Amino acid sequence: MDTLVQIKNLSKTYESIDGKVNAIKDVTFDIYKNEFLTIIGSSGCGKSTILNILDQLDKEYQGTIEFTEDINIGYMLQEDALFEWLTVEENALLGLKILKKLNDETRKYTISLLDKYGLKDFKDKYPKSLSGGMRQRVALIRTLATKPKILLMDEPFSALDYQTRLQVSDDVYRIIKQEGMTVVMVSHDLAESISVSDRIIVLSKRPATIKNIYKIELSNKSTPIENRKAKEFAYYYDILWKDLDKNV
Amino acid sequence: MSNYKSKYKKNKRNIFLIQISIASIFFLVWEILARCKIINTFITSSPSNIVETIINLYQNQNLFYHIWVTLSETLIAFTLTLIISIIISIILYKNDIIAKIMDPYLTMLNSLPKVALGPILIIWIGANEKSIITMGILITIIVSIQTIYNGFKSTSATKIKLMRTFKASDKDIFLKLIFPQNLRIIVSTLKINTALCLVGIIMGEFLTSKAGIGYLILYGSQVFNLDLVMAGVLILIILSTLIYNFIRIIEKRLEKC
Ligand SMILES: Nc1ncnc2c1ncn2[C@@H]1O[C@H](COP(=O)(O)OP(=O)(O)OP(=O)(O)O)[C@@H](O)[C@H]1O
Ligand SMILES: [Mg+2]
Repeated sequence: MDTLVQIKNLSKTYESIDGKVNAIKDVTFDIYKNEFLTIIGSSGCGKSTILNILDQLDKEYQGTIEFTEDINIGYMLQEDALFEWLTVEENALLGLKILKKLNDETRKYTISLLDKYGLKDFKDKYPKSLSGGMRQRVALIRTLATKPKILLMDEPFSALDYQTRLQVSDDVYRIIKQEGMTVVMVSHDLAESISVSDRIIVLSKRPATIKNIYKIELSNKSTPIENRKAKEFAYYYDILWKDLDKNV
Repeated sequence: MSNYKSKYKKNKRNIFLIQISIASIFFLVWEILARCKIINTFITSSPSNIVETIINLYQNQNLFYHIWVTLSETLIAFTLTLIISIIISIILYKNDIIAKIMDPYLTMLNSLPKVALGPILIIWIGANEKSIITMGILITIIVSIQTIYNGFKSTSATKIKLMRTFKASDKDIFLKLIFPQNLRIIVSTLKINTALCLVGIIMGEFLTSKAGIGYLILYGSQVFNLDLVMAGVLILIILSTLIYNFIRIIEKRLEKC
């Protein structure tokens, strides 16, 4: 497999008046081209910190990150951060606009995503009239619209109810494969992680170090919903759960 | 539902009727007391005298000219305050150190009674319209800076982070996030400002002026013409209400989107 990003000995300490917080320590891993990589770990262990550094939002860290190609990164934050004074459509187009990539084609693509994800009748509405799940979908579309090569997602489905969550993760999975994106996702949900991922990184509690990296090999690998029926599913669930359990 | 709505409307109309009645009764009692010579109109004036004075002003002494002078001074002071306070707020927002250094000074200046600066203005700037406008600016600017700057500061860190994920420049962040997010705060500052600004202008006109509503009031008191003083005050009330409502219409427009 081609390596897209090499992360070596990444460490990060937050400094504030209250003192230092060691968030992550000596984290080393590769991101392969076209893979779906999921990072799991207990809450507050440093997952978002890793994504912030990967997107270069946070430039104060120790260690090295090497990209083997010049690629654009899309980052869907943990919070939806929709702008209340913009309509749903304007919100979805915001990323394209700032990146100066807004044209007829990208606009059409974005609107097609809105239509497909149950936001057809809400395009001209303002975010305050949306449910939590809908807001999260708009946030996701805002990032997907820019067609990033690497997509970073921080708990992208956490505000969705179970049914929608299954459906949306199925759809997003399809788009990701269609567009040939590489994904790094942070999740709390073990079953979801197993059903979508090629590899799963388990982090220790803070300061986060890499505990284990699992390659997920399911027989008859297909869509996330189907993957849940694979016979290896329970096995992975069990070892991941034990791994996380020992954390706390 | 419709029952509730009609009840609500009826309530609203009743309140309005009571409000109108209070004003009417006030003026009526005032007029009766004046006519029956229970109060001395030389000191208190009377509604009919005020109306007569206003008509007189309109016919002989350029009523609208005086209104225009005050109004234009207010508008100039108001616009300059807005521009200056937005610029200073941007500077403070960009430079945390400067903001921290300036903070106690702003608080101090804010609590200083600006009228006290009147004589200094006259000596430094001269007994002219510029002093009046400066007075209008002085009285509003500190509060505007504090409100707008605090608005800028309270911009959500997550939204700024989101903008950064799209490689937004500082200019993008200001124009597409901070400014629109604070538009409402700015407009409500404007609402308070217009009223305050008018206060400053009238104070300035009291200090030095050749025309304007403040001039009419001051002149009236100097020649002991209480009809003119009261007429000036009434015109001021109407003027400030009109300006206030104008800004409120703009605010309502903004709320819709
Ligand atoms: N800007 C900051 N300043 C100081 N400490 C911070 C800052 N950001 C995060 N931290 C601390 O660093 C640790 C890791 O934070 P991070 O947000 O990466 O965790 P997380 O795994 O994403 O948590 P969650 O599961 O709640 O999303 C936490 O203890 C947090 O309190
Ligand atoms: Mg997080």
